[in-house]
Amino acid sequence: MAFGPYFLLASLEGLVTAAVLALTALGLSLVFGVMRVVNVAHGEFFMLGAVLAWAVSTAFAGHPSVGFVAALFVAPLVVGGAALLSERLVLRRLGYDPEATIVATIGMLYIIQQLALTFYGADARPVQAPFNVRIQLPWFGYSGYKLFVIVAAIVLILAAWFVLTRTKIGLVMRATQYDRETAQAFGIPVDRVYAGVFALGAMLAAVAAVLIVPIQQAHYLMGRDPLLLSFIVVIIGGLGSLRGTVIAALLIGLSDGIISVFFSPTLAKMLATGLVAMVLVFRPQGLFGVPAR
Amino acid sequence: MNDRTKPSSLLTTGISRRGALKGLGAAAALGTAPGFVRYAQSQSSEPIRIGFQAHRTGIGAAYGRWYERTTAAAIKRINDAGGINGRPVEIITEDDGTDAARGAEVVEKFANQHKTDIVYGTLFSHVVVGSAPAAGELKMPYYVVSEGYHVASGKMNRYVLQPGITDVRAQCRSVAPWITSNVGKKITMIYPDYAFGHDHRDFFAPAAAEQGGDVIAQIPIPPTESSFTRYLPQIPPDTDVIYHVMVGPAVLTFVKELGEFYGGSGPKLFGFIDSLEAVDINSPGLEFLEGSHFWEGMPRYLQDGASEHEKAYREAVGLDENGASVNDAKDVSTAAHMFGCWETLYIIKAAMEAAGYRGPEDRAKLVEATEAMTEFPEGAEHPQGAKVFDGKVHQVFGSQNISVVENGRLNVVHRTSIEDGRYEPEADYTTQPL
Repeated sequence: MAFGPYFLLASLEGLVTAAVLALTALGLSLVFGVMRVVNVAHGEFFMLGAVLAWAVSTAFAGHPSVGFVAALFVAPLVVGGAALLSERLVLRRLGYDPEATIVATIGMLYIIQQLALTFYGADARPVQAPFNVRIQLPWFGYSGYKLFVIVAAIVLILAAWFVLTRTKIGLVMRATQYDRETAQAFGIPVDRVYAGVFALGAMLAAVAAVLIVPIQQAHYLMGRDPLLLSFIVVIIGGLGSLRGTVIAALLIGLSDGIISVFFSPTLAKMLATGLVAMVLVFRPQGLFGVPAR
Repeated sequence: MNDRTKPSSLLTTGISRRGALKGLGAAAALGTAPGFVRYAQSQSSEPIRIGFQAHRTGIGAAYGRWYERTTAAAIKRINDAGGINGRPVEIITEDDGTDAARGAEVVEKFANQHKTDIVYGTLFSHVVVGSAPAAGELKMPYYVVSEGYHVASGKMNRYVLQPGITDVRAQCRSVAPWITSNVGKKITMIYPDYAFGHDHRDFFAPAAAEQGGDVIAQIPIPPTESSFTRYLPQIPPDTDVIYHVMVGPAVLTFVKELGEFYGGSGPKLFGFIDSLEAVDINSPGLEFLEGSHFWEGMPRYLQDGASEHEKAYREAVGLDENGASVNDAKDVSTAAHMFGCWETLYIIKAAMEAAGYRGPEDRAKLVEATEAMTEFPEGAEHPQGAKVFDGKVHQVFGSQNISVVENGRLNVVHRTSIEDGRYEPEADYTTQPL
């Protein structure tokens, strides 16, 4: 295949990775930015979203799009509920202590993973895409659904940006992120904001998983890669910065797509982790992060 | 921030006299409970204990589930017929998490804690390679059902045996002539970039070349990959056949993306069913496989000419006509591999009886008795077919099946001979000390 079409294919693949990654990492970034909690169980909320998408979509007979649309609403809500529960039962009782919550979320990771293995099983199960359109380009065919994933992710990120910057909920979140004590003094129910943010972060991961699951399959170990990549994105972009997260996700997703096509996938991973190291050394707050006060 | 943290109650609460007495009493009661009574009868009626290193969790869990079911069915049949040397057989299962380091720990646990007679049942090659040194050091006979070439390569040790399933090298050699004469001569290989895939890479290309075939591209894929479209442009346009071996949950993605990339046209496919073990061939996205060919160790779907032994085996394990569980049509089996558990257990039985096996002191005799075996005729003990065992390389040789996907069903179109898979042995374990 000639260079042009090959490059186009690599970029398209990279964009799909970037779209899903941006959504997942945004959840992780939000939770850290507002709560200062490093949520190691974030990848498991992603996995839970995918597994629930399978469960919901197989519960609906008829056209696959019905089950998919239902999953798009039900899975994030259930995952959000689970996150809310774990925030109330675990994180709040630890007083959001940064070290203790890391250990606690590692525990949550294993609990969620083993519950999925027990109740869902070890198989990888496919979810049918809501529509099956194959777009025939002059050089190769491409999945129409993958293009839809890119568009859907852009819409969702714009919605998240709108909520964070243009609504009262967003204002309250940003105030809590900026200065917890002062926010509390001004009557902001910090406790409830934390619960909401943790649930929202998990829901973003779940939505990303529902979008990706017709391309990949739901599997109980699928949470690891999104977690690692999300950490990479969040460190490069700057913890708590929406703009940084989106730009870093694009950077990582596209470079992963293009470098692994033209060179090797291992080189792409090496460069990404090398970039993380560089950022940590020369700009610890991330490319778009604000230094801790 | 830390005002909620309290010192641990274990450190502040002392142990009371009453509490200590209670604990002692409970320990004494446990010791005399029925389960803890040592066997009062003579040693010969104590069960033979087989440690089953099972992939209950991790990437191999779907295989592990069916390996356990096949093992349970074979053990039930063996015990119903009087056990081994008149002694009942007991299976002790430990999960290795499909992890090499954990595998070695499990072997040690079997030897030191469970005191099993032997260890058996591992599939994934990295777990076998990780566990084999422990088995060798502990002088613990280790019967694997793994199909990797590592056993026959001579890189393991005298205590590692693979008498119930053929290895990848033999499988490649067996199917190569059929592929080059029936599917096409210009072949592109796509395989996972680790030991199991490397066996295919190293042994298929020479075998195809011997038959006038030509492997024009080899595309390794990292085992953690979840999307494949970006590798597909590397397939040369003049490819006749894509030879694919993928393992893991991503295989459905692989096939789906292959379908999207090529549409209705494109090269023909020849795959190893390893990719689709425990996966319904009629899953959404797999339509692209219609008309393509697969290697199968043992057919998943019940074939027209199936032998009585094969039918009896399928019934004992609980397989329906489509190779799924009789209890759940969606629970698809790993039929192409799990027969190896059944056959391995019968070889263990035969070897123990030939060696007059009494206990762990006879482990060396057991290894020698297994090495001395040569032929396994087709029958109830060997429902997959007749086999030949080479004691020098600790590896069995048998027939392979090639099946075509027709109307969402795998139908066997060719069965290779045992000779098709034979190769010059590269090792001799029998020269190693026991």
